[in-house]
Amino acid sequence: MAKRRSAILVLEDGRTFHGEAYGSVGETFGEAVFNTGMTGYQETLTDPSYHRQVVVQTAPHIGNTGVNGEDDESSRIWVAGYVVRDPARIGSNWRATGGLEDRLAAEGVVGVCGVDTRALTRHLRERGAMRVGISSVDDDPRALLARVRQSPPMVGADLSAEVSTAEPYVVPAQGAHRFTVAALDLGIKRNVPRRLAARGVTTHVLPAGSTIDDLLATGADAVFFSPGPGDPATADGPVALARQVLGRRIPLFGICFGSQILGRALGFGTYKLGYGHRGINQPVLDRATGKVEVTSHNHGFAVRVPGAQVGAVVPDQVIETEFGGVQVSHVCLNDNVVEGLRAKDVPAFTVQYHPEAAAGPHDADYLFDRFAELIEGGKNA
Amino acid sequence: MPKRTDLKHILVIGSGPIVIGQACEFDYSGTQACRVLRSEGIRVSLVNSNPATIMTDPEFADATYVEPITPEFVELVIARERPDALLPTLGGQTALNTAVALHEAGVLDKYGVELIGANIEAIHRGEDRQLFKDIVAKAGARIGVEDPAALVPRSRVCHSMAEVEATVAELGLPVVIRPSFTMGGLGSGMAHTDEDLARIAGAGLAASPVHEVLIEESVLGWKEYELELMRDRHDNVVVVCSIENVDPMGVHTGDSVTVAPAMTLTDREYQRLRDLGIAVLREVGVDTGGCNIQFAVNPADGRIVVIEMNPRVSRSSALASKATGFPIAKIAAKLAIGYTLDEIPNDITRKTPAAFEPTLDYVVVKIPRFAFEKFPGADPELTTTMKSVGEAMSLGRNFTEALNKAMRSMETKAAGFWTLPDRAVAAATGVDPADVTRQSTLAALRTPHDGRLYTVERALRLGASVAEVAEASGMDPWFLDQIAALVELRAEIVAAPVLDADLLRRAKRAGLSDRQLAALRPELAAEDGVRTLRHRLGVRPVYKTVDTCAAEFEATTPYHYSTYESETEVAPSARPKVIILGSGPNRIGQGIEFDYSCVHAVQALRGAPTGAAASGADGTGFETVMVNCNPETVSTDYDTADRLYFEPLTFEDVLEVWHAEDSSGRAAGGPGVVGMVVQLGGQTPLGLAQRLKDAGVPVVGTSPESIHLAEERGAFGAVLARAGLRAPAHGTATSYDEAKAIADEIGYPVLVRPSYVLGGRGMEIVYDDATLRDYIGRATDISPDHPVLVDRFLDDAIEIDVDALCDADGEVYLGGVMEHIEEAGIHSGDSSCVLPPITLAGSHLAQVRRYTEAIARGVGVRGLLNVQYALKDDMLYVLEANPRASRTVPFVSKATAVPLAKAAARIALGATIAELRAEGMLPPTGDGGAMPVDAPIAVKEAVLPFKRFRTPSGKGVDSLLGPEMKSTGEVMGIDTGFGHAFAKSQAAAYGSLPTAGRIFVSVANRDKRGMIFPIKRLADLGFEIVATTGTAEVLRRHGIACEQIRKHYESGEGDDAVSMILGGDVALVVNTPQGSGASARSDGYEIRSAAVTADIPCITTVPGAAAAVMGIEARIRGDMQVRPLQELHAALRAGE
Repeated sequence: MAKRRSAILVLEDGRTFHGEAYGSVGETFGEAVFNTGMTGYQETLTDPSYHRQVVVQTAPHIGNTGVNGEDDESSRIWVAGYVVRDPARIGSNWRATGGLEDRLAAEGVVGVCGVDTRALTRHLRERGAMRVGISSVDDDPRALLARVRQSPPMVGADLSAEVSTAEPYVVPAQGAHRFTVAALDLGIKRNVPRRLAARGVTTHVLPAGSTIDDLLATGADAVFFSPGPGDPATADGPVALARQVLGRRIPLFGICFGSQILGRALGFGTYKLGYGHRGINQPVLDRATGKVEVTSHNHGFAVRVPGAQVGAVVPDQVIETEFGGVQVSHVCLNDNVVEGLRAKDVPAFTVQYHPEAAAGPHDADYLFDRFAELIEGGKNA
Repeated sequence: MPKRTDLKHILVIGSGPIVIGQACEFDYSGTQACRVLRSEGIRVSLVNSNPATIMTDPEFADATYVEPITPEFVELVIARERPDALLPTLGGQTALNTAVALHEAGVLDKYGVELIGANIEAIHRGEDRQLFKDIVAKAGARIGVEDPAALVPRSRVCHSMAEVEATVAELGLPVVIRPSFTMGGLGSGMAHTDEDLARIAGAGLAASPVHEVLIEESVLGWKEYELELMRDRHDNVVVVCSIENVDPMGVHTGDSVTVAPAMTLTDREYQRLRDLGIAVLREVGVDTGGCNIQFAVNPADGRIVVIEMNPRVSRSSALASKATGFPIAKIAAKLAIGYTLDEIPNDITRKTPAAFEPTLDYVVVKIPRFAFEKFPGADPELTTTMKSVGEAMSLGRNFTEALNKAMRSMETKAAGFWTLPDRAVAAATGVDPADVTRQSTLAALRTPHDGRLYTVERALRLGASVAEVAEASGMDPWFLDQIAALVELRAEIVAAPVLDADLLRRAKRAGLSDRQLAALRPELAAEDGVRTLRHRLGVRPVYKTVDTCAAEFEATTPYHYSTYESETEVAPSARPKVIILGSGPNRIGQGIEFDYSCVHAVQALRGAPTGAAASGADGTGFETVMVNCNPETVSTDYDTADRLYFEPLTFEDVLEVWHAEDSSGRAAGGPGVVGMVVQLGGQTPLGLAQRLKDAGVPVVGTSPESIHLAEERGAFGAVLARAGLRAPAHGTATSYDEAKAIADEIGYPVLVRPSYVLGGRGMEIVYDDATLRDYIGRATDISPDHPVLVDRFLDDAIEIDVDALCDADGEVYLGGVMEHIEEAGIHSGDSSCVLPPITLAGSHLAQVRRYTEAIARGVGVRGLLNVQYALKDDMLYVLEANPRASRTVPFVSKATAVPLAKAAARIALGATIAELRAEGMLPPTGDGGAMPVDAPIAVKEAVLPFKRFRTPSGKGVDSLLGPEMKSTGEVMGIDTGFGHAFAKSQAAAYGSLPTAGRIFVSVANRDKRGMIFPIKRLADLGFEIVATTGTAEVLRRHGIACEQIRKHYESGEGDDAVSMILGGDVALVVNTPQGSGASARSDGYEIRSAAVTADIPCITTVPGAAAAVMGIEARIRGDMQVRPLQELHAALRAGE
């Protein structure tokens, strides 16, 4: 096969990796993060939460099953750049409709392959996620480094509007309609409305700038705050909206970014993790049942609850807030990060990880049942 | 949910002898379990009849019973030990079956022993085919699978051909046909055509007593996957590893090339397998611990079929543990005593819990090792019956790197693609060497065979497309494209004007060895030339770490593999390092015994005084570094050595490990590598010794020159001559004419063999010129570099095996003297032996000692030496000497309570026998050559794999035993007297000696007198005696009633001896071989083979018969006793 062009990857701190061009030839910038999932690259690439991020896949072989018409989590690839060790030359799967590299090229995604991805991952683990540039057009690392340092950082980035739907749309319930949910699209994945639909939920997906009136106009029984990219500290609009929803005691469920928004609405802070959680093998403890679920994660920020040290076990006690008592319902067993919040006095709960999976295990799927029960309880109340 | 406090004493059952399908992976799992339980403060009792295991080392349990794993003996252990619980899930199917039998016999209830880690109902649900199908459908329904019935192969019970045809019209061909209620699956088969169907189903209906056959949809050729799962008592479940078989359905997973993680699944499909696996696990009701589930996936539409599950730790879980760094057996043991996954820390990261799913940033490939060459006539087609005897695993940062490493780990004649001419590889896989074409190669791909990847590569290179190869082999196109990429790279390497740094680096990243590159670039002066060039261009491997988490968290465990990338993770250390080379994939002749010795070396050197070897040492002892590629073993447990390199045992790979460790050690200000131990891992590392030494590696222990002295016949002959030691007349030949001249001179029979072999590879006893000519024709092909050795064969001699130690001062310690129970001529690995010797006179032993000392000093042994002698007419002959750890080292160590391999490792690093005596590692006085009169008697019996093999026409293979080793494993029976010990060895190898029934007797004329007494005794004990004509006459004259039966080769009416044995009507066979001569020997072996097939004990010597009588009497009297090794050893040590 034809030899690839050479490409370089330069991190904000100057560390440089040499590889070859993958996907589109060109130059790209973003926040370097690593994902440890061994399956699900198509879902990862199309997850809007990866907007403005350059994703390093720790699994060495990427593209083995090609791409298919069913596994996209949104309408396009969102990653700002893609770093892999060994790209597949052919995709082999009965559902495949094409090859991954063709898709990357077609969507203009600049990538690099042949990189010592393990060394890069170890570097990010030790130094934290940071800005990065990939270039297959300029082989001068110093020049690229200068451009990397000019690129915008993730802290302070307000990205919801960039990934949200322009127009509202409806995902109908499967089978009999039971409830209506208004979902604020801050970077939603397709599998969320799909998991809701399986429980008889009709989901109205609304643009990020929607108001409480827009939400109520759908006739919603409940509100959902979606996952999405960016720094939750910037999401003042959605936070204000969440406070309105809480004030009206409308059932609320949030995932990932949505969880951070609830945290802020409750008066908690958020902070940036060193290198985040991105993978599909993260152990989360459900404190209500004492059971461990293996879960899909994609977050670089987390909620800080009062009285908890970062890295230490979060005390299992009720925290008083403006909206009543709140409990940390879920924690990550790897590093004690807050992974879920449950309000005691208002019908609201959120998780920091991804019960909709895609990619990842289905252990946390029960949370959609909890949401349905919460809505049901709200209706009957 | 913390540990249960009510479990204070647990009985662990091991898996017994190494057999095909159940190998040292259960030593690995059992050792881990024992270690965990004891560290939790629990008393551990252990039963395992296999002396070559680490788990049966006395320090791993509180009470170690090297006793048969039969319900009878395990009950004795339970009665004596009264454990609170029994943990049966770490000893393979043997342990599980024994636990079920103990439960059914009411033994567990009687003694109030709780089964932990498994429950009887779950075991049944997992094993009963129909019950399991129902379970799968139920599990599928529970998680909302649309058509749960489609999760198992569709099938229907049919009672007529019309029903069969209607069923097949629906299912489509091929189908599997299983007649109901026939013995051992008799009449089963697969129909690919209507003719097959008519024939097999017709015969099946006729063979079934209820005229019933099951017609089942075939999943042949579907993709095959396995998941390794763990569940705790809080119902937390994690998937430890996914494994994908490169060989599709139709080849036993143990015989398949497998890859971890799964390579060709989308997340959606993988999660469906995960959901289903977890649902099935819950439905079956596996309490806690590990479990393995196999799936078939239709490549055309993704339909999943659940094939089977094992509710226990398995071979795959050992592989998964090594592949991921997640120690399944260790965790299973913790779960069994009540912990939950979130309470157990991940060993490797220390900071995160075991409640997670490992993720890999590398690729793991496992390739099975076969031994068809040991079983002439055996059908080499790979089927659903496992036939491989071992496996190698490798890790790489991509598939081809791991694949190429695994292929060169096999130690087969071909050491990876292109290292042998196509003709030779083709011939080995059933393709006419004169007709190696794309067409013939594609055709060969249709039949699964050993080395099929070579065939794949050749087909692609000869122009076949990936699609064509996929169609012929059923392998996924992704794997084939990876091999196609290698074919393209090959073309580039061949065509390049020079091998520059860039191309060389790309070749290394694809996993190609220097040897492979040398084959493609003949101008580079072979492997050494490639290496020189590579080093000059700075192309050297780095070492990455297996950390369970793809670098997300820091790893504390130095478990490494090589790759060609930018960053190495070898931690600098100033401690003096010792590298121990392991023994590679298990094969017949080189198995667990060598791993045992390597593990002992690690144990002995970790923390041992470093002495003069360690200038710059910080006083904390040697840092031990293990190199091996066998995933089944204890040596490749990252808990064993300080550092583990999971690498092929080739010169190139070993040299690079040495370089990495030595240079990082020196960079840290330490002495680097102060020694490399090559004499404990069998022939594999020994064969590398000279080249390593020449390359500057500090090979310690017996020097390569001394090794040569023992192995090169001429040099060894000189050593013997100098010391005045007798050896059978012999010569070396490189042609038939030379061989014949020698044979004429020394007289037939002669023993012929290639030099430098292990396990008697290629060794035969030859009685005439024609056979000799035939042998030379074949043998030169086996080892062209070395001549054939021709020795006078000593008929009817007693064979004696000695393991000894020798230090730099020339002091010799006899570890043990073993007397073979079978006559000389059967490979020592296949014959039973007894220690201390029971018939040798003091003068014989003195002679053995004198000879052994002379050889050890003459050769210059620094460590272990194994010598084989033949005693004939009171004269001692030296048969051969091996300056390395032998197969019998663990047996001798267990029998004499002296850790020989540990002592050998210490001697290699400079200790003297006197020092070791002073330290207490060796007894203060005396040795294994002079055991006390009241020492326990230990009997070793070999276990043979003939039942696994069939000729292409379906007949059993010839089970003739001879000088070429064929056994896969061994057991030990130990007791105060020979009778009891012998009875135990037979029980452990074949099941218990009978206490009633029919005994078949056929003895050689010279043995008839000696046999009268034992047979009379058996008749008096109530046995029915059946004998061949000559034997019957003698017995009747002595008033022993017996029935007469014809020999196998005698014509006549009715049953002959062999068919009677095969018919299951015989409880015990007594058959002593008839003198010499090939034809005279064979009838005895037919009988012995029948006994093996029928799984009944077979006594082949007069002492054996006398022993069996003693054992049978002991059983009838009910005075069989069990004693732990700790007690036996304490008595031995006290007696010193």
